[in-house]
Amino acid sequence: MPDVRTVNVTKKYGKIFALDNVSLTIHDKEYFSLLGPSGCGKTTLLRLIAGLIEPDSGEIYIGDRRVDKDPPEDRDIGFVFQTFALFPHMTAWGNVIYGPKVKNYGQKQADTIGHEVLALVKLDERLNAYPSELSGGMMQRIAVARALAAGAKTLLLDEPLGQLDAKVRNEIRYEIRRMAKDLKLTAIHVTHDQAEAMSISDRIAVMKKGKIVQIGTPQELYMHPNSLFVAHFIGESNFLEGYITKTNGYSEVELRDGLNIKALNTEIKEGERIVLAIRPEICEMKTGHISIENALFGKIDKITFEGTLVRYEIRLENGDRLVINRPSLTETWAEIGQEVTITYPLDKAHLFSYPEAGLTEEIAV
Amino acid sequence: MLSKLWNKLNALSSKKPLKYTLYLSAIIIFFAIILIPPILGILIKVPTIGNITSQPALMNTALGAISNSFSIALIVAALDLLAGVPLAWLITRGKSRWLTILDTLADLPFVVPTAALGYSLLLFWSSGGGISSFFGGSLISPGWLLVMLLHFTFSFPVVVRIMVGAMLDYKMEYERASRTLGAPPLTASRTVTFPIIKPSLIAAFSLAFARSLSETGATFIVAGAVFMNGPVFLQTLSNEFKSGAIPIGTYEGATVFASLILIGVSLAIFALIRIIGQRVKLPFGHGLPFFEKKLSYKKAAWSRNSIALFVFIVIVLIPSLFVALPAFQAIVSGTSLIQAFTGAGIWASFWQSLFLSYGLAAIVTVLGIVLGIPMAILLARKTFGKWPSAILDTLINVPIIVPSIALGVSLKFFWQSIPGVPEFLLLVFAHLAITYPYFVRSMSAAMERISVDMEEAARTLGAKPFTVFRSIVLPLTKYSILSGAIIVFTRSVSETGATLAVTSKLQTAPVLVVNWVNSVRGVIPPIPGVTSLTVGLACGILILFSFIILLVLRLLTRKGKA
Repeated sequence: MPDVRTVNVTKKYGKIFALDNVSLTIHDKEYFSLLGPSGCGKTTLLRLIAGLIEPDSGEIYIGDRRVDKDPPEDRDIGFVFQTFALFPHMTAWGNVIYGPKVKNYGQKQADTIGHEVLALVKLDERLNAYPSELSGGMMQRIAVARALAAGAKTLLLDEPLGQLDAKVRNEIRYEIRRMAKDLKLTAIHVTHDQAEAMSISDRIAVMKKGKIVQIGTPQELYMHPNSLFVAHFIGESNFLEGYITKTNGYSEVELRDGLNIKALNTEIKEGERIVLAIRPEICEMKTGHISIENALFGKIDKITFEGTLVRYEIRLENGDRLVINRPSLTETWAEIGQEVTITYPLDKAHLFSYPEAGLTEEIAV
Repeated sequence: MLSKLWNKLNALSSKKPLKYTLYLSAIIIFFAIILIPPILGILIKVPTIGNITSQPALMNTALGAISNSFSIALIVAALDLLAGVPLAWLITRGKSRWLTILDTLADLPFVVPTAALGYSLLLFWSSGGGISSFFGGSLISPGWLLVMLLHFTFSFPVVVRIMVGAMLDYKMEYERASRTLGAPPLTASRTVTFPIIKPSLIAAFSLAFARSLSETGATFIVAGAVFMNGPVFLQTLSNEFKSGAIPIGTYEGATVFASLILIGVSLAIFALIRIIGQRVKLPFGHGLPFFEKKLSYKKAAWSRNSIALFVFIVIVLIPSLFVALPAFQAIVSGTSLIQAFTGAGIWASFWQSLFLSYGLAAIVTVLGIVLGIPMAILLARKTFGKWPSAILDTLINVPIIVPSIALGVSLKFFWQSIPGVPEFLLLVFAHLAITYPYFVRSMSAAMERISVDMEEAARTLGAKPFTVFRSIVLPLTKYSILSGAIIVFTRSVSETGATLAVTSKLQTAPVLVVNWVNSVRGVIPPIPGVTSLTVGLACGILILFSFIILLVLRLLTRKGKA
């Protein structure tokens, strides 16, 4: 059934590669997200799959059928637009049954389908209202219902929650996933919001500058980022620069100012320049200067209360800065200016070669 | 000194009384000069209709001519949409870079004064030198078909311009959504795109209709003595009266009778278009999508584009520019050219009328801008509340809807009753009334696109209302002001209907061209010294001048954009 595959797909706008040789397989009934900063090519990829734009080269398959020469109406897809694109001259109901009608279903059948999908999106009021009279959340539901009513097995969603406010967004995102799963659809969801992608996807492809950087489950991307970019884009990371001084069992790392620390072994060789990525939430923090192995020492510069978490910004002995998140309710807070000792599980910090283009350029979004 | 005055005014501008004085004077001037005289003029002469009730033949001729006017206007406006929409589609959706040239070419017939256009069409379709030479005679002799072709030619660019604008503003996302829901391209256009841009379709239809209804000079040229529509009837009456063939009573009675019916019916039709247009819905058409799918793809699109291009080039573009040929012959022959530029013989009157036309157009343009801007702001910002603004909005359209010759006739009657109004001032009033709505429309649309937030932001930063206008509104609407000015200018230079009606001594360039053409064709007594070569050259010069002015204005607008 509808696996969606792209093979070596390239799309250029002028001299800029919107998509550069992208190959990707999305499995049948999978909820898949394309995640990346704006301009990374994720929407271009989705629109290519939908047939709204044509690739310069490469092949696109939906199920066993090659579709890249087919017009959008023949691809058997449902598309939810970022702006919803509800037809302003039709009522909510008119929008919903538009698909069945252009597919030449009888009025009766169109009505049945309309009521079914509206039950799915839990909407049964204000169906005679025009789009301009509906709230953002309602427009969103109608947009999804309309896409579903066309009967497609592949649902393409282009930042479908982008126009909604935070509370509604959080509610609706789980509902969309539930519907896709109930109807056994293959869903491809484009977003720049990593929290959104993490919470609803079976798998995620992280994109950057027209290329796919990493594909994996949310856990894989979070636990085992394959690049500085992913470590930075999924969740948050501290980046400490240094060199590998020795590799025996562990990699010995010398940070700036001769600060030494251990890290798990990688393929990076002795003498090479590296970046060590440490997530703020894996760090333990104790007040005072405690001599334990493999610890970092520093002073608290700034404290920000963020509700669930307290965020400490620490200046390390060598001048580097490190951010740490600690639970706000279950721990005593430290104070600005206090000396602290920081430890973290070795296997949860990641070592990367120093990028050729420089760190700032590498993680730029 | 001047800057001191500006500062003083600027400081005063935040005071309400000044603001309202300004707006109120805009409204008063609109009513006093533009709206009321053309309506009142005809009403005070209503009793003269009694003079012709005893002449049923004349009344029947009038009614026949008027019904011709409306039939032609309706058919032409419909044909315009049929041909203009595919061309606009091609211009906005096509991928070739040649399309920008096509876009500019589509404006050409718009710039050519209609009198010259009429002559050009006459040469192309029915003289020995045009396309007719392939058929061994006149392909289309003067009459209703040629009138229809003429009206199609000059109203076509209006439709293309409006539809190109509408399609550029249209959000393609709607059509894409429809495609993803399973609609083939043609179904998507029929069920989504056209219903959404329907207001523009209606506007394009209405304007094409109005222009067809109003055109007088060129119609007079191509109608020959065999066909009559409303304006031609009115013009013939006036000619007969001037030559002493009919008494003043008959002239006034018939003129008022015909004008009243023209005005009344056109107001009714426009009201009807407004009401019905909004309600008409295209049926969804069960089974149609299946059929449309077969038509949608490349071959169909290709043939649609080819037909649109063919119609434009063969029916609109080449006939419009055909007058260049005799103009060229005149230049080659040499003597006419020297005569023309030395102003010898009949050319003296040509240069006089050209000077009058452009001078008049310049004055009318400046007045239109000065009087139109406050009105446009008033309408866009709904300064006096929702209902008064809606009423004003409708009233602004009246001078467009009223056939211009009827408007001119009415204006003349009105100002005749006040002694001492010079003819030139009458011309200014007539042209102002006809062109004012175009400017106000263009400007108020531009104003509506500027968010009020921007003006408010400037106010919070310390700018007085005049400064806000000068530093925010003016730079942002400069392009629309200039394009509005271009419309006013070209309309004024082209105008013949109202001009003929209000003048007895002054002769503008298009009126002169109409007279020359008719003299050559023997419709009116011959004017000594006028030959087909001189007419061709006169049209050529008129077109050339209009082009140069258009080019200058285009350059200005381009600067304005940057």
